[in-house]
Parts: sequence; structure tokens; C-alpha cells
Amino acid sequence: MPANAVRIRLSVNGRSHDLEVEPRTLLVHALRDEIGLTGTNIGCDSSSCGACTILVDGQSAKSCTMLAVQAEGCDITTIEGLADTTDGDGLHPMQQAFHECHGLQCGYCTPGMILASVSLLEEYPDLDEPGVRVGLEGNLCRCTGYHNIVKAVLSAAGKEA
Amino acid sequence: MTITDDTAGIGSRMLRKEDGALVTGEAKFVDDIHSPGELWMGMVRSTAAHARIVSIDVSAAQDMPGVEAVHTGAELAAMELWVAPLPCAWPVTDDMANPPHWPVAPETVHHVGEIVAVVLADSRYAAADAVEHVIVEYESLAAVASIDQAVADTEHAHTDLGTNKAYTWAIDEDPEGTQAAFDAAAHSVVCRFEQQRLIPAAMEPRGVLALPSPMGGDVTLYSASQVPHILKVMAAATTGIPEQKIRVVAPAVGGGFGAKLNINPDEILAISLANRLGRPVRWTESRTEAAGSTHQGRGQTQHIELASDSDGRLTAIRVKLDADMGAYMMLITPGVPLLGSFLYHGVYETPKFSFTCEGWFTNRTPTDAYRGAGRPEASYAIERAMDMLSYEVGISPEEIRRRNYINGGEPFEMWENPAGIFFDSGHYLPTLDRALDMADVAGLRAEQQRRRDAGEVKQLGIGMCTYVEICGLAPSRALGGLKYAAGGWEHATVRLLPTGKVEVVSGSTPHGQGHETSWSQIIATKMGISPHDVTVLHSDTAISPLGLDTYGSRSLAVGGVAISMAAEKVIEKARLIAAHQFEAAPEDVEFEAGSFSVAGTPSKSVHIQELGFVAFAAHDLPDGLEPNLQEQVSFDPPNFAFPFGTHVAVVEIDEDTGGVDLIGYFAVDDCGNQVNPLIVEGQVHGGVVQGAAQALYEVAVYDDQANIANPSLMDYLVPSAAEMPSITTDFTCTPSTTNPLGVKGVGEAGTIGSAAAVINAVVDALRPHGITDIDMPATPMRVRRAIEAARGGAS
Repeated sequence: MPANAVRIRLSVNGRSHDLEVEPRTLLVHALRDEIGLTGTNIGCDSSSCGACTILVDGQSAKSCTMLAVQAEGCDITTIEGLADTTDGDGLHPMQQAFHECHGLQCGYCTPGMILASVSLLEEYPDLDEPGVRVGLEGNLCRCTGYHNIVKAVLSAAGKEA
Repeated sequence: MTITDDTAGIGSRMLRKEDGALVTGEAKFVDDIHSPGELWMGMVRSTAAHARIVSIDVSAAQDMPGVEAVHTGAELAAMELWVAPLPCAWPVTDDMANPPHWPVAPETVHHVGEIVAVVLADSRYAAADAVEHVIVEYESLAAVASIDQAVADTEHAHTDLGTNKAYTWAIDEDPEGTQAAFDAAAHSVVCRFEQQRLIPAAMEPRGVLALPSPMGGDVTLYSASQVPHILKVMAAATTGIPEQKIRVVAPAVGGGFGAKLNINPDEILAISLANRLGRPVRWTESRTEAAGSTHQGRGQTQHIELASDSDGRLTAIRVKLDADMGAYMMLITPGVPLLGSFLYHGVYETPKFSFTCEGWFTNRTPTDAYRGAGRPEASYAIERAMDMLSYEVGISPEEIRRRNYINGGEPFEMWENPAGIFFDSGHYLPTLDRALDMADVAGLRAEQQRRRDAGEVKQLGIGMCTYVEICGLAPSRALGGLKYAAGGWEHATVRLLPTGKVEVVSGSTPHGQGHETSWSQIIATKMGISPHDVTVLHSDTAISPLGLDTYGSRSLAVGGVAISMAAEKVIEKARLIAAHQFEAAPEDVEFEAGSFSVAGTPSKSVHIQELGFVAFAAHDLPDGLEPNLQEQVSFDPPNFAFPFGTHVAVVEIDEDTGGVDLIGYFAVDDCGNQVNPLIVEGQVHGGVVQGAAQALYEVAVYDDQANIANPSLMDYLVPSAAEMPSITTDFTCTPSTTNPLGVKGVGEAGTIGSAAAVINAVVDALRPHGITDIDMPATPMRVRRAIEAARGGAS
């Protein structure tokens, strides 16, 4: 570990992690490489694709665009922790909706897409189709053409797509 | 976990078995897998498109913390890590030029992004830091930065070749007859289309992790690959490591679209260095790096001419392609344009057909397969040209198509096309009628007219495309005839386990297509068991030793058929055991819904799953019958398969800004029998958007020094949900005659249909201005400039 490493404590999915990281360490690298939560994926290097989207204090954030040190004191939820946020042992309704609507193919964008969608509906529970499309503008998918992703989010919102 | 779905077999909309691991983050992609002591490769990449390497100073990098070693291309060549250059499996002609492509350039670089040195360091960050401190001095050579420049052939991408031309390939049996048809034509059109270069941009960047065995001499390569089986063979041929000592695993793979079917420098480097150092070696591409480290798609200039009689019936088609190979021939670089060669007449009959393709080297990232690989280009050319012919003849786009469909649009089987291959089956007219109806083209045209009459700023355009594609690659003999090095079969093993569960081992290697689900459905129908009693094993050459992998919409039509046939063999062997139990003749034993029974005595029955243990225990098998129920099939298809369909695109163009909105998309596809309609629809949705993205947004931009200007996703415009409409799908079903399941393929169909439909719609909207063509991508600037030019610059 380089001499300039700093100690931080991250709260991820309800668990506390004490880490030593370089100040420049991106949050996504801390989550993946230090804590071993590899469900958060990296799809670009310009904050464009949203594959690394997580929830920071309940709001979606691109974890490639935050430093790990900036996340100290925040409650972080990654895809691994999402199912546990619901009662019982089932999937989160958004995960279930993506499954039921075939809203994923290769699944690489899916963790970020699901967490962005959870945050989007939290903020705007009454979105229609155009609203969902604009709301997910920061998350790219190369497989689905978005059709079934939009359908899944509307379905999770209790709307017929 | 509440992921359950008990619907059964072929034809059901079964929810995917793959989803659980993917929606929870459990799935492991290459970059998720780590090994103690691993070293990160950092690639020092050329910043020059064409240059001699004068010197490489690695001293500063070598002294940085965490750095184990820095190796230049010349050093690596001296280490004799490889015995052959990176392979091209498709030398399309005997005299094709194929300059050696080494994993790391030893002396001269031929494109920006080519590796010139490799750093090995103990972390991601340390490797990246060290790369920044390697100082390379180049002596620039003239760069060939475009197809036009390559064709002009005054500067050369490879100076020692003395020409940029790599090959000429033609289907041209009667050039005089073709010319005579043009001379006699009542109508003709001459078109030039640009198939711009595209960056495939699978959401998961490529990555590798090579693990040496603790005993030495063996190496396992994890790679984000579509082709682990081909990679294993080629890695042996390239590194000289005996093939049986190499294992390749493609774990969860985040999309491919062709971009992950190559044999890449990083894969060979990781294997070689891990083997030499006895330490795990890894690398993960950054998105921006990918513009130089992963091949690109398309890159053609197309010249297509149509001749017709006075009614618009085709009398001849003549095609000349100039295809951009990029800097090197990669695995199937030269063959990609030829995959379209058989389809430039599209779904139409023509008495005369002539096709010539010239391949050209440029100093740009190599090209190779990208979703559709040659067929979207072909479909685009003929479908755009047919619209242009319809303008000439003065009939509607649907009418020009109706007049020219093969067999008058009526059903056909085994139709010999002008290039000498046989279309397995087709029935084009219903897809056109259904698509026009679904889109309400009559209503849209009325609205279009109203807006034109009112002079509104936002004008409507309606475009269509009837495509046919060639998939189910491929009959091995046909591939041999085309000089492709390998075969086109696919392998499957079906194993009934002692407890009655089934393992399927598939040579197909999914990366988003849902094979685990579809293959389970095939087994469910064939063997009469729950698809949840089936596990599909794949993508690991130690588990699935035989296979030819996933590309070209081949998996179902070849691999799925192999699974079905292997299941039949298991059933036939199980029938012998059942007959033995019943003390009946095997021919008197019937198999229905998973159970064997004696004809006429339904009370005596045994379920096939119960026979798993019987065959395993082997206490009481018929004399001479081997224990266990495991059968395998290598299926070599007798023909290709030819899916087709008609797509209608609706665009709205803001004539003030030039902005194009795709506001409606209607797809009627025919891929023969469907195993899982839910998955089929998903493939169409994604394919359509990739083609529409080519039409409207995407282009890899190179400057005149062959530097790529937009390598990141900030500037390379992969569309988001906000730019795309909902897609309305429907299907007709014309079973394939090529295989017993009657299946074709659908992975690329959407892409093959959509670029032409969208551009036809854009041009349709602009036709009142006298505009008859626009280049892809139809950006606001291009559209606006076209309108201004048409208005005489008065706007």
C-alpha cells in the first residue's frame, strides 16, 4: 500500500468496512477490488454508461465518478444488497420485474440499470413511458434496445407497459 | 430467490434461467475473478498510426512502485513467446496479402492503439501509472486514413507491400450479359453508400486472466470471449504451447456482437507471460482503449447499380465494394464483406448479378465481424437502392418490392440464388403486408401529406426494408469452398444423471442470448421433463471440449439442433433399457411425455428419469449395452438458414434543426420455428436499436492522420432509452428445411433490417426537397445541410 494511503470506513449494504486506500481510489474500485462486491460493473471511463450505478444514501450515483474517500459516512447500497432491502428473502420488486419482463440479456448493465430504476421510481413514482426513458438516459444497454427495460420499470411502478 | 417458471418446452415464453445470477450481481465476469499474486498488464499503445519505432525508454517506468517488468515488442520477440503471428482464419484468395500481426509491434506500428510495450505491475493503478512513464520515440510514416486514400494507393499502409490492396474477390459469371442488361434497361440507378466504421461497444469491455498451473506447463485463460474453443486452438498455434495444455474459459460475458470473436494480442500475451513467469497475468480494457484494442465493424464504400424494365422489374444488379480491412487481417477480417456477397440481390429475383469486392489496408484499427457481419451492409445497399429505383419508376416502395420478390412473394423452398446458394425457405409477402398494416402506413401517409401541405416544421418519413439474411453457419464443406479454415458444425452432449437430472454440454458459448434457457426447453420437449431438471454447461474447454462457438446467428440452428439430436440418441438408448425391463421388443416400446410404455399396455410404464439410475447402477442392462446414458452429436448442417422479414420505421424530422426522431418501429420477422418467443423478441429489439444507431448516431471518426477522434462513450453515441421508441414486433413462421427443428436464427435480424428502414424513412421525409439519399449516420448537421443544399443555400 502506498505511503499516502488513508484509512476510511465505508458502510455498504448495512455492513461496515475498514479500508486503507489511496486517496485517488475510485469508489467503484474500492467496492470491487477491496471489498469484493463485484456486482457493480465498469463499462466506461467517462461516466457515460451507468453500469457502475449504486445507491448513495438512497440516491443513484455513478460509483466511477466518486472517490472512495468521498463515500465515508454514507450508506451505500450495491446490487448485492438490494434484495435484502425488501421484506422476506425474495428479490427486490425491481429485480423481479427485470426478470419477468426479460429486461436483461447479457446482464452487464443490469445492476446499474436496476439501481438507477429504483432511485428513479423513488423520486418519481408516477412516471409514464417517456418519463422512464428520459430518467434512464444515463444508463446504456447494448442488448435489449431498452424496450423490455422500460417495460420492467413501468411494471415495477405498477403500470402496464 | 423466487425465480420460478414451470412452463415447459419449445415454443413457451419461459423466463430465463440465467437471470437470477445477473440481477443479483452474483454472476462473475472476467474482471470479477482474481488470483493471488496476479500481475496486471498495462499496454503502452502507439500514438502514431504508421511509424517506425526509433526507441522505447522504459527506465522510469521500471523503477516505479509495484512494477515487476516492462517489455518492449523487440524484447518480447527475442523471448520467443510466440511461434506465429496472430491468425487470420479466412484467407479469401490464394494471393491475399496478409502482413504479419504480432501481439506487440516489434519495429513498425500500423495503427493508433497497437501495443508497443507491456508493463507488468502488482495493481491496476500501478500498471496504469507505469504506462504513462514509458517514453516512445517514433519516426512517422505516411498514414492511410480513409478508404478513398487506400484506393488511391499512392501512400501505403504497409510500405513493404507496395500496395494497399489486399485482395479482389468476385462472383461475376457473365459480365457482358450484365452490361447488356444495363444497356437495355428502361430504368437504372447508380448508388454509392458509405458503411461507416462502427465501434461494437459491448457493455463489458474485453478482459483476460491467465493462470499458470502450480506444476507449470499448463495454463488456463479466462477471457471475455465469444469463441473459447477457437481461441484454444489458435492460442496453441500462436504460442507453441501444446493445445492439450491450454484451457480457455469464457465466464459470464457481457455481450459480444462480434467484437469478442477474435484472437487478440492481449489474450496471447496473457497466456505467454503467465506461462513464462509462473504467475497469473491479467488485463482489462478501458472503454477508451477499446477503440484501438478491439476490432471495429463495417467500413465499406458500396457501389450498387440496379437495372430494371419499364415496370421496375429487376434485370440486373452490379455491386462493387471497397472494404476497409484496417491495419491487419484478424480472424475473419477479409471474409466479413463476403458474408454479404450472396445477399446483394436481397429478396428479389434478378436475371443478372455481379459482385466484386476489393479489400484495402488502412492505418486504422482492424475491422472484423460486428452484429450482422456483411449482411447489414448488403441489406442496406439493396434496400436503399430499391427505394431509389422506386423513385425512378414512380411507384411506391412497397410496390417495387412486391413486383420483385422471389417467387412473386409466394412461398418457396430451396431456391437457387444468382450466387449459386440455395435459400432454404421463404415467404416474403406476408411480412410486408403485416408490417404495413401494423404500422398503419396508409394513415401515416395521410398525416405526412397533411404536414407537407401545412408546411409544418416537423415532417414525417416512413421507410421500409424487406431483408433476408444468411445464418446457421455453416455447412463445413461450404466453408471449405470459401477458403475458411475451420468447419461449421456444432457439438452437444446430453447426459442423464443417476438422479434423473440432465446435463447438457453445449459447444455454443452464450454471452446474453439465453442459451441455458432455450437449450433446457429443447430438452424439456424432447425428453418430457421439466426444464428446471436440466443444467447447461458451456464456455469452458475443460467441460465442453468440442465446439465452434457463438457468432453469425448459428447457435440454435446448429448447436440447438445438435442438442436435440443428442437427446434423441439418449432416448433411443433408454428405450433399449425400458424394453429390457418390460421384456418387450424395443420396437414395441413407445415414448410419450417422458415415459416409456409397451404399445397396448399403458399400465406398464417407466419414466425416462428413473432409467438414469438403472443405467448408472448397470445391474440389469441388456446384454452388450454399455452403462450410463450419455450421448453426443456433432451436427454439420446441410445448408445455411435464411431468416427474413419486413421492418417499417417512422421518423419525425425537425427541418429547422435537422434533428431526426425515430418515433415508431414495426418489425415482422420470420425466423422459422421459435424455441422461446420472449427471447426472440428481445433479440429483435436489441438488433433493431443497434441498426438504428448506425443509421442515426454512431460513427468512429478518424482524422487525416488516422487518429480516432471519438474513442470514449462521451463522443461515440451509443443511444440511450431516451432516443429510442418502443418497438412493435410480430412474426410469421416459415420453418427452415435445413434442420429437423425447422429453426433459423434471430440474433442479427434486427440489425440487418433496421439501418435501411430508418434511412429510407429519413429520405422519405426529405423527398419534397428533391433529396434522394443521405449518408449514415443521419446527424442533425447532415440533415440540415442536405435541406439547405436542396434549397440552394437560401435558408
